[in-house]
Amino acid sequence: MPTPEELHEAAVRIGRSNPQGRGGASKYLKRLDYSVLQQCIHCGMCLPTCPTYDETKLERNSPRGRIALMRRVADGQLEVTQAFGRELYFCLGCLTCETVCPAGVRYGEMFEHARADIEQAGVMRNPQRDLVRELTLRWLFTRPQALRAVGRLLRLYQASGLESLVRRLKLTALLPSRLRALESLTPRVKRQFSDALIRPVETPADQKHRVGLLTGCVQDLVFSHVNRDTADALLANGCEVVTPRAQSCCGSIHAHNGELELARQMARRTLDAFDLDRLDAIITNAAGCGTHLKNYGHLLHDDPVYAKRAAQWSAKLRDIHEWLAEIGIRAPAASTPQTVTYHDACHLCHGQKITRQPRQVLAAIPGLKLVELPESTWCCGSAGIYNITQPEMSQKLLGRKISNIEKTGTAVVASANPGCSSQLQAGLGQASKAWRIVHPISLLAEAYREGLK
Amino acid sequence: MQNVAADLAQMLGAERVLWEQEHLVTYGFDGTAALYGEAGCIALPKTTEEVSQIVRYAAKHRIPVVTRGSGTGLSGGSVPVPGCIVLCLVQMDRVLELDPKNLTIHVQSGVVTQKVAELADAAGLLYPPDPGSMRISTIGGNVAENSGGLRGLKYGVTRDYVMGLEVVLADSETVVFGNKCVKDVQGYSMKDIFIGSEGTLGIITKVLLQLVPKPAAKKTLLATFSEMDAAAETVSAIIAAKIIPCTLEFLDKITIRCVEEYAHVGLPLDAEAVLLMETDGHPAVVQEEAQQMAEIARRHGASTVQVAQTSEEATRLSTARRVAFSALARVSPTTILEDATVPRSELANMIRFIQQVAARYEVAVGTFGHMGDGNLHPTFLTDEKNAAEMARVEKAMTEIFEYAVKLGGTITGEHGVGLAKKAFLPKAIGDASLGLMRRLKRTLDPDDLLNPGKIFD
Repeated sequence: MPTPEELHEAAVRIGRSNPQGRGGASKYLKRLDYSVLQQCIHCGMCLPTCPTYDETKLERNSPRGRIALMRRVADGQLEVTQAFGRELYFCLGCLTCETVCPAGVRYGEMFEHARADIEQAGVMRNPQRDLVRELTLRWLFTRPQALRAVGRLLRLYQASGLESLVRRLKLTALLPSRLRALESLTPRVKRQFSDALIRPVETPADQKHRVGLLTGCVQDLVFSHVNRDTADALLANGCEVVTPRAQSCCGSIHAHNGELELARQMARRTLDAFDLDRLDAIITNAAGCGTHLKNYGHLLHDDPVYAKRAAQWSAKLRDIHEWLAEIGIRAPAASTPQTVTYHDACHLCHGQKITRQPRQVLAAIPGLKLVELPESTWCCGSAGIYNITQPEMSQKLLGRKISNIEKTGTAVVASANPGCSSQLQAGLGQASKAWRIVHPISLLAEAYREGLK
Repeated sequence: MQNVAADLAQMLGAERVLWEQEHLVTYGFDGTAALYGEAGCIALPKTTEEVSQIVRYAAKHRIPVVTRGSGTGLSGGSVPVPGCIVLCLVQMDRVLELDPKNLTIHVQSGVVTQKVAELADAAGLLYPPDPGSMRISTIGGNVAENSGGLRGLKYGVTRDYVMGLEVVLADSETVVFGNKCVKDVQGYSMKDIFIGSEGTLGIITKVLLQLVPKPAAKKTLLATFSEMDAAAETVSAIIAAKIIPCTLEFLDKITIRCVEEYAHVGLPLDAEAVLLMETDGHPAVVQEEAQQMAEIARRHGASTVQVAQTSEEATRLSTARRVAFSALARVSPTTILEDATVPRSELANMIRFIQQVAARYEVAVGTFGHMGDGNLHPTFLTDEKNAAEMARVEKAMTEIFEYAVKLGGTITGEHGVGLAKKAFLPKAIGDASLGLMRRLKRTLDPDDLLNPGKIFD
C-alpha cells in the first residue's frame, strides 16, 4: 500500500495543488442569485422531515441551519471552513426539505453551490480523498469507455471466482476499514451492458412516439437489464426507442459533489449525443440522474452555445414512470400474482415530485397487490456516495428502512434508483433476507413478456 | 465564552454544549423575519435538574439565559441576547404519562406539539390547540407564547389546556404549580403568570395538559363571496344562530389569487373573500349545523357554497386555507406574518382598513386568518434588502396595530410581543399595566437574567 504521503504526491502530480488553507472565501454561493439564498423564512417546517436533524436534534444539522450558514458564507460573514464542509457533506441531499418548504426554497441548488465552494477552498482535502476524487469524479466518470473497461475487469474478478476466493481467504481484512466496508457494497456487474442489449433504434409495430433512452453509467454496468426492460416497456406502449451508443455519465455525481464545471461539461456532452428535434421525449429510469437531467436548462442557462438546447432538453426530459402515465399505460395481458411494496427514491419523490406515477405503473400490472411502505419517502441512506462517505448515518437510515420493509410483510421491494437498489440489497444481505429488489419498470416488462407467452 | 462553554460541558458533557461559530449562527434566529442575535454558547439539557444547575451557574456569573424550543416563534422571543447562554430544550422530549382516567398528559417541555396531538388521538382523545408550526414547535414554547391555532373560537388556546407546570425560577429553584384537579383554588393561580411569559419569568420544564374527548364527526364547507361584508355578516349570523363552528377561516383577495396561482384549487379569481367552515361533534348535530351554515351563507350573498360529502372532499376544500401561508411566502424574499386581532364584530372594518393602508403605502399585504375569533394574519410580502420598502412596511404595520387597538383589539393575538412588538406595547396596554408587568418581572427575576429585553425593557 502507498503511504498517505505518496498518495498526496500522486494527487499533486495529477494536477491539483493542495493549498492546505484553513478557510476560504465563497466563489459559487456568492454568484448565486441572492433571492435563492434569501427565500428561507426560517419557519422550521423542514426540521421534522430532515433525516439528519431527526437523528441529532442539532439545528446545524437541519436544512434551516445549513441555509443560515450558506447565506452567511455568501454574504462573506463566514469563511468556508472545515466545519462548514463537514456539515454540507453530512447532509444527504435527499431534498425532503424542498417538498415541505412553504416558501419554495431551492435547497438543492444552494447545496450544490456550497459543495463547490468547499472544493474550491480545499477545506476537506486530504491525500486519500484527493486521490479518490481524482480517480473517480475527474477520471473514471468522465470517460465512458474507461468506466466500462473497469466494469469488465470487475465483472471478471467477480465472475471468475477470484472475488469469492479473496473473501474466503479473508484477504479483504488487509484493506483499510473504509475500503473494507466499501468492498462489501460493491455491486454485481452485469455480463452485458446496455449497448449489447439494446439496438441503436428499435421500432414497435404500432409506433406513436419516438423517444431517446438514457442508459446511465452505474445503471449501465450494474442494472443494464433495467435499461432493456425500460426499452421493452416503451416499445409495448408504442414508442420507438433511440439509444445512443457508449453514453457518458450525465454529471449528476459531479454536481452533487462540488464539481459544477465538470457537471457542465458532462451535460454538454450528453446533449450532443441526442438529436432533440427528432424526439418527443428523453427518458431516464434512474431517479438521481433524473433530477439533475431535468436541471440542465438551469445548469447551462448562461452558456452561449448550449443554453437554448438545454432548455429544450429540460422540457422534454421525462422519468419513465412519468412518461408512461402521460401517454397512458397499456395494461399487460397476463396476470402475475405478487405482493409488492414501493420505496420512493428521494430524487423521484422530492427531487421530481413523482409519487403517483410509479404506483400507477405497478397498479397497471394485473394480479399485483401494492402494500404501502411506512415512511416510504424517508431516505434509505444511499444518497449517491453518502453510504461510503458517511457510513454511520447511512447505516442508521438503512436499518430504519429495512425495519419498515419488514412491517409490510412483502418479499418484493420496488425502487427506481440504482443507488437505492444497491443500498437496499446490501441491507437485506446484512439482515439475511431473501427479498427481491426490483425496478417497477422491470415488473411491468416482465408482465408484458408473460403476456406474450 | 469558551470558559463558560467549558464549565457547562462539565455539567452536561461536551456533546451537549455548542460554541463553534458554525453552531452559534444556526441558533441566532427564530421564525421571525430580519432578527438575529449571537449567543455565547448553546446548552442542551435533558432534565429539570440540569436546567436548574445551568441557571444557578448563570445567576452566579450574571450571564443572561434565553430559553428556546424549536425556534419557530414569530415575534423574536427566542432570539439570543448577545453573549447569552441559549437553553435549547428540544432534548427534553420525554412523555411522562398519559392518563385517560383524568384526561391528562404530562410531558417534558421539549416534546413536539404534534406528538402530544398524536398520542391523544391514539387514545381516542383530542388536544385542541393546533398552532401552524405544531409539527415541530415544542409544548414548552406553546405555553411560553400561549399559542393559538385554527380552533380558537370553539376550543380556546393553549392556556385553556394547561393544568399544571413545573418551572425553574431565576434563582434556580424548581417549583410546581397545578395538578390533575379541574377545581383547584389553593392561593394564586401561579401557572397563569408563566403562561405567555415568553421565557422572561421562569423556565418551563414540565407541562401537565388537559385533553378532551375526540368529536365523533366533522363536516367541512367552503363558501366564496364577492363582497367582504357578506363574508363578515355570514360569520356574525352563524354565531347569532347559536352555532360555534370549530373552524371559521378566511382568505382575502390577494391570498385567494396567490393560492390559485400556487395550488390551482379552483377558487374564483374575482372573489373578495373565501370562508372555510367546519363543525364537529355528535354526527346528528354536525349534519344539522352544516346545513344551517350553508343556508346562512347563501342567504347572506355567498356566490358559491360547497359542502364536503366525503373526507377526501373535505381535504380538498380545506386545501385553500392549508396552503395560504405557503402561497404567500413564495411570492417575495421576505414574508412578515402579523397577528393583529379585533373583536369579531369589527372584522370587516379591520380587513378593509388593512387593504387601504397597504394601498396607501404601496406594500403587498395578503390577509388570511381566524375569522371566528377575530385573529387576522396580515402578511407583508416584501424584501428586507429594500430599505425604502421596509420603512413603508414599518409605517403600515404601525397604523394597523394602532387601528386594532382603537377597535378594542390587540397588537398580537397569538405570536407574542418578543422583540418584534415591543415598541408597540406601551401604547397598546398603557402605563399602569406595563408598570405592573415590570414589577412582577423584577420580583421574580431581580437581576434581569431570563430573556432580558423581551416584551419590554
